[in-house]
Amino acid sequence: MKFSEQWLREWVSPQLDTQALADQVTMAGLEIDAIDPVAGAFDGVVVAEVLTRDPHPDADKLSVCTVNDGSADPVQVVCGAPNVAAGQKVPFARVGGVLPGDFRIKKAKLRGVESRGMICAESELGLAEDASPGIMVLSTSAPTGENFRDYMALDDNAIEVDLTPNRGDCLSLKGVAREVGALNRAAVTPPDTQPVAASHDTLLPVDVEAEALCPRYVGRLIRNVNVTAATPLWMVERLRRSGIRSIDPVVDITNYVMLELGQPLHAFDRDNLAGGIVVRQARDGEQLTLLDGQTITLRPETLLIADHDKPLAIAGVMGGEHSGVSSSTSSIFLESAFFTPLAVAGQARSYGLHTDASHRFERGVDPQLAATAIERATSLLLEVCGGEPGPLVDRTSAAHLPEPSRMTLRASRLEKVLGKALEDHHVSDILTRLGFAVSDADHGWNVTAPSWRFDATIEEDLIEEVARIHGYNNLPVRRPAARLGLRPDNEAGVTGSQLRRQMVARGYQEAITYSFVAPELQDVLLPDAVSPTLANPISTDLSVMRASLFPGLVRALMHNLNRQQSRVRLFETGLVFNGHLDHLTQTPMLGAMACGARHPESWSGHPETVDFYDVKGDLESLFALGGCPDDWRMESARHPSLHPGQCARILHRQREVGWLGTLHPDVGRQLGLKVDAVGFEVSLEALSDGGIPGFKPLSRYPEVRRDLAFIIDRDVPVQALLDTAVANAGEHLSDTRLFDVYAGQGVADGHKSIALGLTWQHPSRTLNDEEINQLVASIVEQMQHEFNAELRG
Amino acid sequence: MDHLPTLVSDARSAIQAAQSVAALDELRVRYLGKKGQVTALLKELGGLPAEERPAAGERINQAKKTLADDIETQRQQLQKAALEARLAEEEIDVTLPGRGQRQGGLHPVTRTLERIEGLFTRIGFDVAVGPEIEDDYHNFEALNIPAEHPARGMADTFYFDATRLLRTHTSPVQVRTMETTEPPIRIVCPGRVYRSDSDLTHTPMFHQIEGLLVDEDISFADLKGTIEDFLHGFFERKDLSVRFRPSYFPFTEPSAEVDIECVICSGDGCRVCSHSGWLEVMGCGMVHPEVFRHSAIDAERYSGFAFGMGAERLAMLRYGVDDLRLFFDNDLRFLRQFA
Repeated sequence: MKFSEQWLREWVSPQLDTQALADQVTMAGLEIDAIDPVAGAFDGVVVAEVLTRDPHPDADKLSVCTVNDGSADPVQVVCGAPNVAAGQKVPFARVGGVLPGDFRIKKAKLRGVESRGMICAESELGLAEDASPGIMVLSTSAPTGENFRDYMALDDNAIEVDLTPNRGDCLSLKGVAREVGALNRAAVTPPDTQPVAASHDTLLPVDVEAEALCPRYVGRLIRNVNVTAATPLWMVERLRRSGIRSIDPVVDITNYVMLELGQPLHAFDRDNLAGGIVVRQARDGEQLTLLDGQTITLRPETLLIADHDKPLAIAGVMGGEHSGVSSSTSSIFLESAFFTPLAVAGQARSYGLHTDASHRFERGVDPQLAATAIERATSLLLEVCGGEPGPLVDRTSAAHLPEPSRMTLRASRLEKVLGKALEDHHVSDILTRLGFAVSDADHGWNVTAPSWRFDATIEEDLIEEVARIHGYNNLPVRRPAARLGLRPDNEAGVTGSQLRRQMVARGYQEAITYSFVAPELQDVLLPDAVSPTLANPISTDLSVMRASLFPGLVRALMHNLNRQQSRVRLFETGLVFNGHLDHLTQTPMLGAMACGARHPESWSGHPETVDFYDVKGDLESLFALGGCPDDWRMESARHPSLHPGQCARILHRQREVGWLGTLHPDVGRQLGLKVDAVGFEVSLEALSDGGIPGFKPLSRYPEVRRDLAFIIDRDVPVQALLDTAVANAGEHLSDTRLFDVYAGQGVADGHKSIALGLTWQHPSRTLNDEEINQLVASIVEQMQHEFNAELRG
Repeated sequence: MDHLPTLVSDARSAIQAAQSVAALDELRVRYLGKKGQVTALLKELGGLPAEERPAAGERINQAKKTLADDIETQRQQLQKAALEARLAEEEIDVTLPGRGQRQGGLHPVTRTLERIEGLFTRIGFDVAVGPEIEDDYHNFEALNIPAEHPARGMADTFYFDATRLLRTHTSPVQVRTMETTEPPIRIVCPGRVYRSDSDLTHTPMFHQIEGLLVDEDISFADLKGTIEDFLHGFFERKDLSVRFRPSYFPFTEPSAEVDIECVICSGDGCRVCSHSGWLEVMGCGMVHPEVFRHSAIDAERYSGFAFGMGAERLAMLRYGVDDLRLFFDNDLRFLRQFA
């Protein structure tokens, strides 16, 4: 909400300058967003009267005027505005005056005619943002010669306050003034809101059908209103300084009272109302053309103001075009109602609307304010437009009005929550100034909330009020005390942090990609994946939850390749989402992707491209952190994103926990990825599940090593060979190495040579050749049997 | 015997001229070996009169020692020269860069979250995490944000259907922890959160870290102390001004926004702090009794505080990053700066 500082100071004016006042209010929870002067910086501008206006002899668009600026002689000035006319009162910048932007007014000749000063437009004085089409025309009663700043009271600031949704009560000068009064223990002076005496007794029938949603409806008929009267300058200015444009006197006055007291009001043209007012919910299919010109179809839960024939307005949101006040209106029906927050909440948004009225009603308007506000609006209306007020119609359903909240505030609780005891009289003074009714109770207070405080319902609300006005920064500071208790420690666990740092050590940069991805991208990489789709994505590119880390990593990889980075190594940790909403898994994964050179470009050696085994090595280094490398297996398998010949399923204790492989060339082609990339994705839980070291005594006896080379079919996985070797090597096998894999010359087509180094060691004696020879023989035999493997000479 | 001086002089010249250890060894054998020329002279001593023998023996031994010393000296010189030659030959340019992988780096958000987690875990907080696809109950309802509450407008929520959504904050993790844990509770909850907002200063996904402390006798004063310590620790500035400004969150009461003195301009006013000298960095408050009620925690016996902050915002302030969107471009030129 935006308001004029001068206006506020009419209500309450503490001895604080603007900034200090703003800081004080901010620190009480009403955050001041902006303080802007209501006019530009200018000087030497006075109210002047245009005496004559003649065409310029040499320019069609200019006129030559004489003005009376209050000095002895009329002043000649050349003016370019189309709307300048004799008899007008205008703001006039004298020679020597300075306009905003440090624009100095000098004597000048325009097309040969002398000009001594300048008649100003609003925008030239910083009173309007947009360039004005013509000069500013003042009321004919403006006193000639008076300093324009004084006349307009322009030494003022527009203060913008950003209110939290619980503080609807501060959406008015009255509300802000109440806060300022409480903060400064200063008296607050409200404007006069005495009831207006009726001058006729015509009543418009008002029937409230939806009493629960509209517990109070106050209205009044005012006849013979001159809606063409001009809104007084002071009101136009106050509205302008509050960010509201002047429309016509009736709308201006309803807006003014809303700003002043917080009660949204609405004026109907009496002559367009059939019968009387009915407050009811919409009927199926009913339509309404709103003030902004759009026609909407109403939904049944929408609360309406209707007449006996048709809807007139969405209650508390916006009026209809047809029933609104126009220049031909002579009788108006003024509405001042209390709609419950629930009646209005969500309605405006559901029709794509947001109005000053809906903003207030959603947050709660004081249910006791309706009559006061209508009296205030009536007297302003009579002042400006004349007219004959009728008696008030007041339809109140006491049973449906919100009950004032009654609370008990315990001094002990206040102290417990704030960490400090406050003096009793200080507490009751704060609450009283905020409008709470306070009476002493045993060790505390009985407190009744004022009708405007919808947010105050429990003891904590009162504690917050006291703390806020007392000042958070005046409350003590201490550190929490707690019992020092050790918590369980999982030594076998590997933390995400350790895993991430291992990836970093292996040369990977951590990426963070969006958890939602483009459906096309996910379809290319994981055509069979099922993952939830957002109902309201920000764009279709970010609409489906990732079923894998691959889509995000591939995209990030391509982002960098497109920016002249040829060597990219990225990893990410995060959740992946699989399944329909009702059978959803959200699994933390670690994924990586690499392309380009194996090592950074260097003076040493020749660049080689990263391949499957490089990345597998990186992955195995993660397994190693858990200390149980034997828990992990890889087997050849198929994955839609990955090269069918370079793809492994990752098993952890026989359970599938991820994938490793080279990106499928066809997937790369579809995505426009021009290089080979290798990646993996593996469950973080599996990676985190390590073991605790178990000591085996060191043997003092010598090791025996035998190297065996086998020729086997190319398609036999080495893992199988290793498994067989280990299974037949007896209990004293202490180490197994794979030291050569060879295919080519000397090895038959379709075959490969695998060289194993097996080491044995006995804990308590020297092994003899004979027993080793037996074990080797059994391994060779088993290899022959299982894989048709031939021992190489 | 008479040619001893000549023999010694010849031998010394030969030793001087030797260019290898092998040549020296040869000379040693030739002169000092068992059949060496000097050794041979000793054998001739027997032919001398008894009174001359001691003096002659002494001269021969002297000659032996001289030659042995010469050989040793020459050996050392040769070894030294050989070592020097080798060293000279093996000299490399030590300014050439080392070989192997270049170290990667953590994302600045992770780096920031890990620091924050570290600050809190060191004083006894645990790290708790939870699902990102949440239900309406845990994200809103249990946090005292019923369906028509205006506060729902504060966070633009991504929905899957009427009740399933992407969490808008990490507070549901607090709820889930309170549902299953008896106080005392001390947790921090880092993680991804989502709001349907995308412009210069908003991304549809970002990171929060929230904290919760529930125990007997926890007050607003404890909250202030904890937050002040945290901010001083995070920015490593004991004198950093911190202020608490009343605000509103449905799940805390009293609630506060926390401002720090602008770390860019030290409070003088700059573009980053909109010339106010203050930066809003986090929200906090005392846990609302309604939130305790939802989690069946006795609000009379226990009290607690909660706080939350955006990791990107803190990372931006800490490292001087001026564009939020860079965090999710994953551009290596950006990421490498935080290694």
